[in-house]
Amino acid sequence: MHDNPAPAQLQGALIIDAIKSAGVDYILSVPDLHTSNGLLKPIAQDKDLKLIRTCKEDETLGIAAGLSYADKRALILIQWTGFLYAMNAIRAMACDQSLPMCMMIGLLGKEPELPSRQSARFGVRIVEPMLDTLGIAYHRISEDADVALIAPAIAQAYAQSKPIAFLIERRPVHA
Amino acid sequence: MIDRKKAWAALAPHITDEIVVATYSSATDWLATVDRPLNYFAFGAMGLASSHALGLALARPDKRVIVLDGDGSLLMNLGTLVTIGAVAPKNFTHIVAHNGSYEANGGHPIPNKQTDFAGVARSSGIAKAQRIETLAGFEAAIPSLLKDEGPLFVDLIVEQGELGPRSYKDMYSRVRRQAFREALKAG
Repeated sequence: MHDNPAPAQLQGALIIDAIKSAGVDYILSVPDLHTSNGLLKPIAQDKDLKLIRTCKEDETLGIAAGLSYADKRALILIQWTGFLYAMNAIRAMACDQSLPMCMMIGLLGKEPELPSRQSARFGVRIVEPMLDTLGIAYHRISEDADVALIAPAIAQAYAQSKPIAFLIERRPVHA
Repeated sequence: MIDRKKAWAALAPHITDEIVVATYSSATDWLATVDRPLNYFAFGAMGLASSHALGLALARPDKRVIVLDGDGSLLMNLGTLVTIGAVAPKNFTHIVAHNGSYEANGGHPIPNKQTDFAGVARSSGIAKAQRIETLAGFEAAIPSLLKDEGPLFVDLIVEQGELGPRSYKDMYSRVRRQAFREALKAG
């Protein structure tokens, strides 16, 4: 008799711990249903993180840029639609100016069994190719084991003044 | 209406260790008025000057941050007023040069020249918002704009200027950005 393997999961609490361990002071966010319960709601209650809610996603790039000049770390928490909306700000801040823009992008609607590049949703499907075109490195965060990638990548982004993206492929759960 | 160059010339003698974030035509006029390391020029993604400034104001609550914005620029990121109104940084002064045009983009009119930006700011949560239409009025307001608790907002009614020579490449050069970073670290 074999035990079934435990279903993959992504715990929001682990992501939040990783963000904190990376020295992030500010979370800059437009809400995303994909990360709402597992990340944004607990972040809003977390006394160690300062949450700035913005009206549109390009604002987050400007605020993060200003913070970075004074050595304050920020994480931009948005949905893939917001990533696409903010493309010109990302081009300016992350690419032209090579500022350490750290973006956590919720892939709302991505099918769990498919790579995002094979999603039936056009918008989800083009996120990775867009990042490739921009020359922005990214990590796929699909289950708890992937969370270990987050803190070192943020540290490297600030050390090298380069952008980084984390693609939240599975809806994070909140205990 | 006010000549923007004269307005910035009136402001410059009052500036000591403040961070000045300027964009497009407001920036070119400011740079021609005073070139200093704590000038921060926001280009490339139009409309975000006040967002850059908000980040700086949060990171450095010990320093006054002054935004020299334009009406066309602000309209591209009008939600910023709601964000600033909510965050309410005490060290934040937002001056919008309102000439009713996208001056840097060929002088075309903004969609509604009569927009009451001070009214929009107030209804966005920035209580200390005012409209100033004369140079004398602006000169009189400058001391309080630099020391009163923010956020402060000014809808500054200016004449449309000429599209003068400008080098965005210089204003956003790596050298300038590094000088800004070092000046910020120094104090």
